[in-house]
Amino acid sequence: MDTNLSEITFTEERLAKAKEIMARYPEGRHKSALLPILHIAQHQFGNWLSAPVMDYVASILNIKPIEVYEVATFYSMYNLKPVGKCMIEFCQTGPCLCRGVEDIMDYTEQKLGIKVGETTQDGKFTLKGVECLGACGYAPMAQIGEYYYENLTKEKIDKIIHLFGQEDFNPDQKYDI
Amino acid sequence: MGQKLLLEHINVPEIQTYNVYRAKGGYKAVEKSLKMSPDEVMEEVKKSGLRGRGGAGFPTGMKWSFLDRKTDKPRYLVCNADESEPGTFKDRFLMEKIPHLLIEGLICSSYALGSNTTYIYIRGEYKWIVGILEKAIAEAKNAGFLGKNILGTGYDLEIYVNNGAGAYICGEETALLESLEGKRGNPRMKPPFPAISGLYGSPTVVNNVETLAAVVPIINLSGEEYAKIGIGKSTGTKLISACGNIRNPGVYEIDLGLPVYEFLNSDEYCGGIRDGHRLKAVIPGGSSVPILPAELFYKNIKGEERNMSYESLSDGGFVSGSMLGSGGFVAMDETVCIVRNTWSFARFYHHESCGQCSPCREGTGWMEKVLHRIEYGHGHMHDIDLLVDVAKKIEGNTICPLGDAAAWPVAAAIRHFREEFEYHIKYPDKVKNSRFAHLDDYKTSLQLA
Repeated sequence: MDTNLSEITFTEERLAKAKEIMARYPEGRHKSALLPILHIAQHQFGNWLSAPVMDYVASILNIKPIEVYEVATFYSMYNLKPVGKCMIEFCQTGPCLCRGVEDIMDYTEQKLGIKVGETTQDGKFTLKGVECLGACGYAPMAQIGEYYYENLTKEKIDKIIHLFGQEDFNPDQKYDI
Repeated sequence: MGQKLLLEHINVPEIQTYNVYRAKGGYKAVEKSLKMSPDEVMEEVKKSGLRGRGGAGFPTGMKWSFLDRKTDKPRYLVCNADESEPGTFKDRFLMEKIPHLLIEGLICSSYALGSNTTYIYIRGEYKWIVGILEKAIAEAKNAGFLGKNILGTGYDLEIYVNNGAGAYICGEETALLESLEGKRGNPRMKPPFPAISGLYGSPTVVNNVETLAAVVPIINLSGEEYAKIGIGKSTGTKLISACGNIRNPGVYEIDLGLPVYEFLNSDEYCGGIRDGHRLKAVIPGGSSVPILPAELFYKNIKGEERNMSYESLSDGGFVSGSMLGSGGFVAMDETVCIVRNTWSFARFYHHESCGQCSPCREGTGWMEKVLHRIEYGHGHMHDIDLLVDVAKKIEGNTICPLGDAAAWPVAAAIRHFREEFEYHIKYPDKVKNSRFAHLDDYKTSLQLA
């Protein structure tokens, strides 16, 4: 999603939320709110953090931009490049391997015609391999948006691709698959 | 059947809500604690013998007693909900299904420690659980169990949830504190320990979710009664998250000391290995602890049956034993390729290394690369000893235990399954296109159970 630089401000609701989070920490320690506020920023500005967005977050917290960059580049959940509207993050660590996640990943790659790490031409899907998501008993699984989709099968992948490719797909919603 | 202290009401409809939780006896531990002095609450926890449920197994009462109470700085309790150890999903289960139990445990523990602001640091991926916890906090506050002057005692407490953003290292307590201060999750040099200088330089206790939830039954029963459950120095109950090639994956509460055979094979728990397959290996306590071949999992080197406790699982040290760890229990059948599995863990630790200490930053990358080439049919025989050598050079040479956690699984896999690594090197054509094990070819000494 293109971000118009002059439009980088939080919605009123999000700004209020950011202020509320900052108030949870003692006087002078509001930098503690950085990680949660970066999540809010990513959520509003197309699911990734551009340099101007990070600068805006720095201005809200009244800290130097470099303090935001060094955090944003450390944590794997912050996307530093644009991603598809539906990002499928497959857990690929040991317990998911035992339960065949790699076959599910191969199948998804074939269906979408992209490799893990890539985004479809139409910008609808990004595939990502991530490390343990804490759902080992319900493997294979993937995180999509706010939620986990567990005990995945090829049939469930078909459904996900069909449903989540629709225009009205909302990553904040939990879908029954 | 064991006692259920944490999960007793787990199947009660709407137990997530305050009203139902309260109707089932919830928040009685808070009422009881606030009638005691903070020291008396701490004394109960000491008597209970409770040990940290996040993995290290350090006695909780002793950890609490290290907290500096002489300074005039505020004291903090921080709840470690950054559950990320592969194989572990018990804290998530507890927070999702019975969030008020954690909140109640946090109130009792915060009171004992003198914390007026307590933070729950939860892994960023558990996004939907943040809402569940915040709802529970709001309900508890509405009922007068949080906020100013709780139950008229003059004690004030606020609890806030802070979400991380995808970093296993933040489960290490000093990295967690750095992250909670809005910084990169680089572990701190110790000493000073958090009990002296933790969050914002103030005395701080960091405890795992399950540990803090366990304070509720300890207060309700008394420390002495709680200590009667379990075996030896492994007191009480423990949540085990069971996964891998078993019939019934899920989270189980067991009395510590339950025979491992029963845990793996009884229908009440794992239900045994899936039909038509046999047990090859077990990782009993999360990916960091040494893997055990089936025969060493069931019995120690002296031929005695093992049970699910800190002592029994570590019997034999790292030569022939493992650890209870976090309770992330991964059972693997004969189809699992140990080389591929070990490579996936090595990749995990390489990805999660914070990069601060060279032995870990470089060593985890080396291990991942070497394991990758063995798995994909390009290995050399000397690679096996190279891996052992790299693992040795990481172990004990880093600021935090991530280095050890990365080294141990590689060293243990080679110790117990060397033949499988050699097979990969001798027959590259047979392994390079296969993700699963070629058991028939190399099982000369391997025993399945």
